[in-house]
Amino acid sequence: MDQLNAWFTQLLAGNAIFTANTLGFYWNGLVTTVQLVFLCLLLGIVLAVPLAIGRGSKRWWIKWPIYAYTYVFRGTPLLIQLYLVYYGVVFFNGIQDTIFWEVFKDAFYPALMAFTLNTAAYTTEIFRGAIKNTAKGEIEAARAYGMSKGLMMRRIILPSAFRRALPAYGNEVIFMLHASAVASVVTIMDLTGAAYYVYARFYAPFPAFIFVALIYLCLTFSIMFVFRRLEKRLLAHLRPRGA
Amino acid sequence: MIDLQGYGPRLLEGALVTVELAVLSLILAVVLGLLTASAKLSRNRLIHGIGTLYTTLVRGVPDLVLMMLLFYGGQIGINMLTDQLYYAFDIDIFINVDAFVAGVITIGLIFGAYMGETFRGAFQSVEEGQMEAARAYGMSPLLAFRRVRFPLMMRHALPGIGNNWMVLLKTTALVSIIGLTDMVRVAAEATKATHEPFLFMLPVAGIYLLIASLSEWGFAKLSKRYSTGFGEASEWTN
Repeated sequence: MDQLNAWFTQLLAGNAIFTANTLGFYWNGLVTTVQLVFLCLLLGIVLAVPLAIGRGSKRWWIKWPIYAYTYVFRGTPLLIQLYLVYYGVVFFNGIQDTIFWEVFKDAFYPALMAFTLNTAAYTTEIFRGAIKNTAKGEIEAARAYGMSKGLMMRRIILPSAFRRALPAYGNEVIFMLHASAVASVVTIMDLTGAAYYVYARFYAPFPAFIFVALIYLCLTFSIMFVFRRLEKRLLAHLRPRGA
Repeated sequence: MIDLQGYGPRLLEGALVTVELAVLSLILAVVLGLLTASAKLSRNRLIHGIGTLYTTLVRGVPDLVLMMLLFYGGQIGINMLTDQLYYAFDIDIFINVDAFVAGVITIGLIFGAYMGETFRGAFQSVEEGQMEAARAYGMSPLLAFRRVRFPLMMRHALPGIGNNWMVLLKTTALVSIIGLTDMVRVAAEATKATHEPFLFMLPVAGIYLLIASLSEWGFAKLSKRYSTGFGEASEWTN
């Protein structure tokens, strides 16, 4: 450990900007960004699955509200949604006196809420498309086995739809990682927030932002790698034989 | 009627800035995209490599980070350049980076990479037989490109261009963070002053939806036009 520490100090010697202190900022930013993105994606999927099923319903009073929700959230910038949730909460009369203030006084939760609503809208449409493209034969086979609608959804349609949605969902994950950079505008110290702090403190835009760009690049490539592997495993049955 | 507390005219001015910014960056992005597509389709390995590096880097980094890098770094970079010019050649100039120009260049650069991918795929989908036919008619390379390859390519590229345009439109909101007075910035300022977020943010969201719906309609029309001779314009209508 001492050796590592010495090596690290040597590496940072003669470097005014990337001190242990600022690297700590970047590290905390990385943790915040990953937490924010991971949580909103997880919550987004939980919301999107029932919404995607409902979006294909024959009843207009289920179908149309979901369509309106995805249309509005996909048609407006995430920044506006973030401002709406953040200021909507902060400027809500009397919220400071309620128990909710404990949760919402930290900008993390309003941001998480806005991101979740945003990604859920995109994910709903991705799942919706995948469900719609289920092969007729699979549904006929399930019916021939006498499966009920719920069982068919659970055992046949959803598993095959999730596989087909995988490439598009991978893009959505990367999109969300990049979109999360706007969290820095509502006082959250995510990766971009940390980079901005370092820029403002040292007035050194190139090191501050290029360094953070490289971190984002690494994250993007890792996500792409994971999804490639997943696709290879889960979509193996769709590849030509002998390949 | 909604009372915008005197912010109405400024919101409209901001909306105009948003539209101008989006249209100008779209033009830049299309030009850059065509160049990138040709670079990526080039047989020259160096040019191909540069094209790939550009699209990979830009698509791997958040728009906001690139925007901050180019906007905050741009002024310092240009100052360093003009300083060098002064020392070396005794030329004394000062270039001030305008937030609007920086915004157009940044968004154009970002979406040039996405457009490049769209155009590359579209160029590859044009049947070679069509170009052979054009050559057999004795068309010059330029004429063959203008009359045959480009219109055929556009049919495949339009859905992608439409998607990119929708994303680009929403990305323009980010310029409000680096100090450009578009409608999002006006709304944010008004919100902070009056503590009424919904009063200002909802109309702005409505304008974005309006522009998005109008362009969806416009792209459907264009798609029909470029699909002449290919039956239904089914690609765009989903």
